[in-house]
Amino acid sequence: MKRRTEPRPGETVLLGRSAEHRLRRQKMADTLQLYAAVAAGSMIGAALRALASLGSTALWGDGFPLGTLLVNVAGSFLIGFYATLTGPDGRVFAGARQRQFFMAGFCGGLTTFSMFNLETLMLARGGELLAAGLNVGISLPSWLAAAWLGHILAMRLNRLRGSER
Amino acid sequence: MYHLFLVCVGAALGGMARFHLSGFIGRRFGETFPWGTMVVNVTGAFAIGVVADAVMRYDMPVVWAFVITGGLGSYTTVSSLSLQTLALAREGDWLRAGGNVLLSVGLTFAAAALGLALAGLWIGERP
Repeated sequence: MKRRTEPRPGETVLLGRSAEHRLRRQKMADTLQLYAAVAAGSMIGAALRALASLGSTALWGDGFPLGTLLVNVAGSFLIGFYATLTGPDGRVFAGARQRQFFMAGFCGGLTTFSMFNLETLMLARGGELLAAGLNVGISLPSWLAAAWLGHILAMRLNRLRGSER
Repeated sequence: MYHLFLVCVGAALGGMARFHLSGFIGRRFGETFPWGTMVVNVTGAFAIGVVADAVMRYDMPVVWAFVITGGLGSYTTVSSLSLQTLALAREGDWLRAGGNVLLSVGLTFAAAALGLALAGLWIGERP
């Protein structure tokens, strides 16, 4: 009696399907690992953000949301730097999982738009219109400048001799 | 320590939700304009308005750590906005770059203010 696993004539289609099945399972495992990487990065980034917020309140009081400004500027700088350093012309190789761990995970978790909105509205609601306006006026240009600065620095590094590629 | 743990759990969920939603919208509507990040930030701003209003009324530090600092803090992002705006500017697409920042700021503030106001209406009358 033939074993079921042995291919019978005309069963190549079935074999092909099992290979496809294995491929699909591999793809699903990759996707899960990608989400796990994003989750892990987000946790680390958000924990740092919470500590930065606590630290800034302890050091400078809660008159101005410096902690949020700080993490948003830092996260923008880091993502600009890392994206260029590990990009197509970058000198450092990073796989998809590693890139998403750092960019979507760590930088995404570290930075926050909604806290910026909330803190600005709370300042405005408390009658601190100048502080609210300053928060917006300082935050937007400094986020963008930080991302740009990170990008420029990484470009310089990429152009240095002795690149890995 | 317990609150920091709650921040982390919330952040893991928020970060994955952002990754999923912005990726889905990006694939669906194309990558010429970062609609994914925009949708994430605007919905997150609305949600933080609603939740913050409730939390400030009833003083719930656990919910603040889990939902606001962790979940919504991580769900919304400035780094993607900065990177995507920089990419548009580097392509010379100053209209889209400027539009991305101004639209993001305008819509998120409107959404957060709406969230605060609606939550005030919904739960404001109760003790």
